[in-house]
Amino acid sequence: MTCFRLSAVVLSLAALYPEVSWAQDQADPLFRADRINALVLVLVFSAAILLYTRWARAGKPLFLRRIPGLDAVEEAVGRATEMGRPVLFIPGIQELDDIETIAGVSILGRVAKITAQYETPLMVPVRYPLVLAASQEVVEQAYTEMGRRDSYDKDTVRYVAGEQFAFTATVNGYMMRERPAANIYMGAFFAESLLLAETGNAAGSIQIAGTARPEQLPFFIAACDYTLMGEELYAASAYLSREPVMTGGLKGQDFIKMIIVVLVIIGVVLVTFGMGDWFVHLFEEV
Amino acid sequence: MRTTVPIVTAFIAGFVLVVAFFFRGSTLIGSLRDEFTAWITIIGGFTLALGVASIIRVNWTAVARRKRDWPYKILTLVAVLGMGIPSVLPVSWSSLLGNTPGSIYDWLFEYMQKPMMATMFATLAFYIASAAYRAFRARSPEATLLLVTATLVMLWRVPMGEAFLNLFPGDVPEWLNTYVMGGANMAVQRGIIIGAALGAASMSLRLILGIERMYMGKG
Repeated sequence: MTCFRLSAVVLSLAALYPEVSWAQDQADPLFRADRINALVLVLVFSAAILLYTRWARAGKPLFLRRIPGLDAVEEAVGRATEMGRPVLFIPGIQELDDIETIAGVSILGRVAKITAQYETPLMVPVRYPLVLAASQEVVEQAYTEMGRRDSYDKDTVRYVAGEQFAFTATVNGYMMRERPAANIYMGAFFAESLLLAETGNAAGSIQIAGTARPEQLPFFIAACDYTLMGEELYAASAYLSREPVMTGGLKGQDFIKMIIVVLVIIGVVLVTFGMGDWFVHLFEEV
Repeated sequence: MRTTVPIVTAFIAGFVLVVAFFFRGSTLIGSLRDEFTAWITIIGGFTLALGVASIIRVNWTAVARRKRDWPYKILTLVAVLGMGIPSVLPVSWSSLLGNTPGSIYDWLFEYMQKPMMATMFATLAFYIASAAYRAFRARSPEATLLLVTATLVMLWRVPMGEAFLNLFPGDVPEWLNTYVMGGANMAVQRGIIIGAALGAASMSLRLILGIERMYMGKG
């Protein structure tokens, strides 16, 4: 019923755009047939995720491999509690419309629950006001759910600077002054990744990083104790929540990955024997 | 209500943006996409006030309560207000206002902020050296392999190093380019990129369908 209502809302918006073309122009068709291969992938991908989610809902056990970086989150917060020092969490330096930032904010929710449980101070510096609003909401909700609403400090999440290196300088200064016991970096990072991670290393903090940017991964691997690479960042919220429904999404993703691996092998064989042009063409804009 | 509204909003926005990818801009769905994209900017603009309020509240509280390092917080407040206020005042009042060349904002940006940002970026060289020292210590066969490979690649990347590598028989720079950078390095990078892209798509779908709710603090 909800879907019908939503569809009705979307369709009724048509009335707001009377100037928009509805008739199909033969010279410039409305539908982008050159992207049909992407549409097929989207449909197969969605079907796989929905199917696995359904299986998970039905109670079918789904195996998830261990991710040491995520297992270490609780250990890191525990260490901070024992040392009486804060936990620093950075949800990347991108805006909220970046999926990496959303992944970071999701993980922040879980981390905030642990810090609320242990009553460990948490510090979350952000670079964009929209991320500030979302992160404040997530942290407040986490403290409320853990029954520690009174321990929640509105300045736990704070906007420090809009400029990349001003942000980095502020956070580095905080690390050297307050010496947080654990630094958790989850989201999109750029040139500041090594500046942050090396400073945290010098401050003696246990460090856990996660990013989907391959060019920043070596820096985090060199300077942090644990690093989540690429897809592990997006899997983190499902892994930490252990909700079967979210786990189903991960399994669907694994299934598509397996299909891609098979397609790559077929492509390599065909191209090697000089018969792969048509196959390669299937994956280009047609 | 606090859960339903964000989920419905995420569903509509996500659905429109995905479907719009397959249609041209002149369609209804294309117009909706442009509208939604404009709303991101509008909402972002409004939230800027939240950011400024956060900076002022945090630093002012520290000053008022004489917390540790409170004099530096005064400096931050002066910097925020000193750069922000003149830049939003109309140029018609004075040529020093606004953000045109010759204004207070422009002067502070050119001669203070830019050099400070450049300095921060430049310190990266020292951080790379210390990180490389730790990463390249030959403590195991794998670390030794990394050390040798990294040394060769770094040599190849500078003209003098490339000239040195050319002294050896065989085309070492070409070998590095083909097998190390274009082979092993490229394969690993593509593996990570494909995995990350699938992870991002999977998470987006979970968000659109309302399965993923941790970004709202739920779950």
